[in-house]
Amino acid sequence: MSEIGSPDEGRKAVIRETFPGLRFAPSGLHRENLMEKYVQIENVQMTFDTKKGPFVALRDINLNIEQGEFISLIGHSGCGKSTLLNLVAGLTIPSNGAMLCAGREIAGPGPERGVVFQNHSLLPWLTCFENVHLAVERVFARAESSASMKKRTQAALALVGLSHAEHKYPHEISGGMKQRVGIARALSMQPKVLLMDEPFGALDALTRAHLQDELMKIAAETKSTVIMVTHDVDEAVLLSDRIVMMTNGPAATIGEILTVSLPRPRERLALANNPKYHEYRGAVLDFLYRRQLRPAA
Amino acid sequence: MNAANPGIESLKETTAGDGTVATAKVFNISPSINVSEPVPTAGRRFSLAAKNFFQWLVPPVLGLTIFIGIWALVSQTSPQLPGPLKTWASAQQLFSDPFYNKGPNDQGIGWNILASLQRVGIGFGMAAAIGIPLGFMIGRFKFLNAMTAPIISLLRPVSPLAWLPIGLLVFKAANPAAIWVIFISAIWPMIINTAVGVNRIPQDYMNVAKVLNLSEWKIFTKILFPAVLPYMMTGIRLSIGVAWLVIVAAEMLTGGVGLGFWVWDEWNNLNVEHIIIAIFVVGIVGLLLEQMLVLLAKRFSYE
Repeated sequence: MSEIGSPDEGRKAVIRETFPGLRFAPSGLHRENLMEKYVQIENVQMTFDTKKGPFVALRDINLNIEQGEFISLIGHSGCGKSTLLNLVAGLTIPSNGAMLCAGREIAGPGPERGVVFQNHSLLPWLTCFENVHLAVERVFARAESSASMKKRTQAALALVGLSHAEHKYPHEISGGMKQRVGIARALSMQPKVLLMDEPFGALDALTRAHLQDELMKIAAETKSTVIMVTHDVDEAVLLSDRIVMMTNGPAATIGEILTVSLPRPRERLALANNPKYHEYRGAVLDFLYRRQLRPAA
Repeated sequence: MNAANPGIESLKETTAGDGTVATAKVFNISPSINVSEPVPTAGRRFSLAAKNFFQWLVPPVLGLTIFIGIWALVSQTSPQLPGPLKTWASAQQLFSDPFYNKGPNDQGIGWNILASLQRVGIGFGMAAAIGIPLGFMIGRFKFLNAMTAPIISLLRPVSPLAWLPIGLLVFKAANPAAIWVIFISAIWPMIINTAVGVNRIPQDYMNVAKVLNLSEWKIFTKILFPAVLPYMMTGIRLSIGVAWLVIVAAEMLTGGVGLGFWVWDEWNNLNVEHIIIAIFVVGIVGLLLEQMLVLLAKRFSYE
């Protein structure tokens, strides 16, 4: 498994070839020269119509995300963090407020925003290759030959270390591998923003840790802007540049934003003894379990 | 087999849904017994396979034997009902020349079967050609669903033969009327199952379609169709079943060549052996149609 974790030069070459324009960022420097308000969320409110009348899920959401930034949304269940992610994905349209991505209004789903779902959502009748190719085809069919789209698909699968499973069907591979195909599918579209809804929530702890490490590497390699919904405090601190902590619903909003200035690349084991890591972790736990503790259900 | 050996007893027999038996390869030998040979020898494996084979074979054969026995007993008490032996002799004679043709009212059993199959094929084919696309549209568009729901619930429970007079009236001929009855009784399961399948597509898949911004055509070919296929196959199977049930009754009324007509003709001739043979033929052909579709459905299942 370790050879997947450490990107060797051969793999970098494959990725470089199919993602031209992508530069491998020198570690620690990937936040230089960033566009500041890459994703802009202003005064967003989300109200759902229910049988019992309107239900305000989110209110007064203001958030600016820089290019290349890794943002986590954390909060108790029902706090609307998935709703917020769906808004950025364009799957739902806000009742109020404005949302921009790279200077353009978000009016629906688009290939510049790749989504990784919690339960992988691979189509069971397509192989891993075909699942990813479906996304590649949609974005690049007009501009590229089928050979180069095939290459893109293979590069995306190589990026998540799944070249060997290209022709397997989703039911033939493990949960962690399925989630990796989901990530490859989202990345293959060369999105400007990667949206992840509890991507590792359904995985066991060891697989989750492994995929977190890989995600950190991929995010650094591709300089992706990532917004991730999570329940897991350690995951949020380990991966994020900023952690957006949300208050309890209904009418949830952003309670606090914590900037995590741990140097990258981050090492899970080294961080275990890092006092700052524990400070951040403590701050999130304090927010979740002291200030936003849910009344006993 | 050694009955005192609990290890053998705990051996799991894996039986697939279609009745075929896969030889169990997993041994679960409990530690309490004295195992001299933990690895099965060739001979032992053979005897296990033989055991599985008998377990697969014995119950159905026993069931059929009892059935024929009861039939033989009943035919002893009621002299008009021919017994199994008499029927068998008659069947041998009948099937020795299945494709003779002595005019429209006296044709071989083969012609009768083919005529019925042809009617079912045409009626069912038309029902599929209309019912499946209609099911897709009803499942995909709520408005259409609300529009057709009262009509479907009103017409679906109507007995198939009630449609026969309408068919005779409109088509003014017996054969198209019979096909019409097949059509109208076979169409409902296909419409309903296809529509239900479209409705039950997991929201995840539709979200994928939205996020990837797939075209309507791609949504249909890559998501809707494969997701609905298992439901559709169930609908087709139910439809074929209904169509085959109805054809005998419809042909009794419309006449011509066909199994149903043949049964009625033999009743008029008081040839009870042939009626019993017809019952078996209808049953066997129905079973074969069903099994064919089960095999087809298996090819299309992706899990």
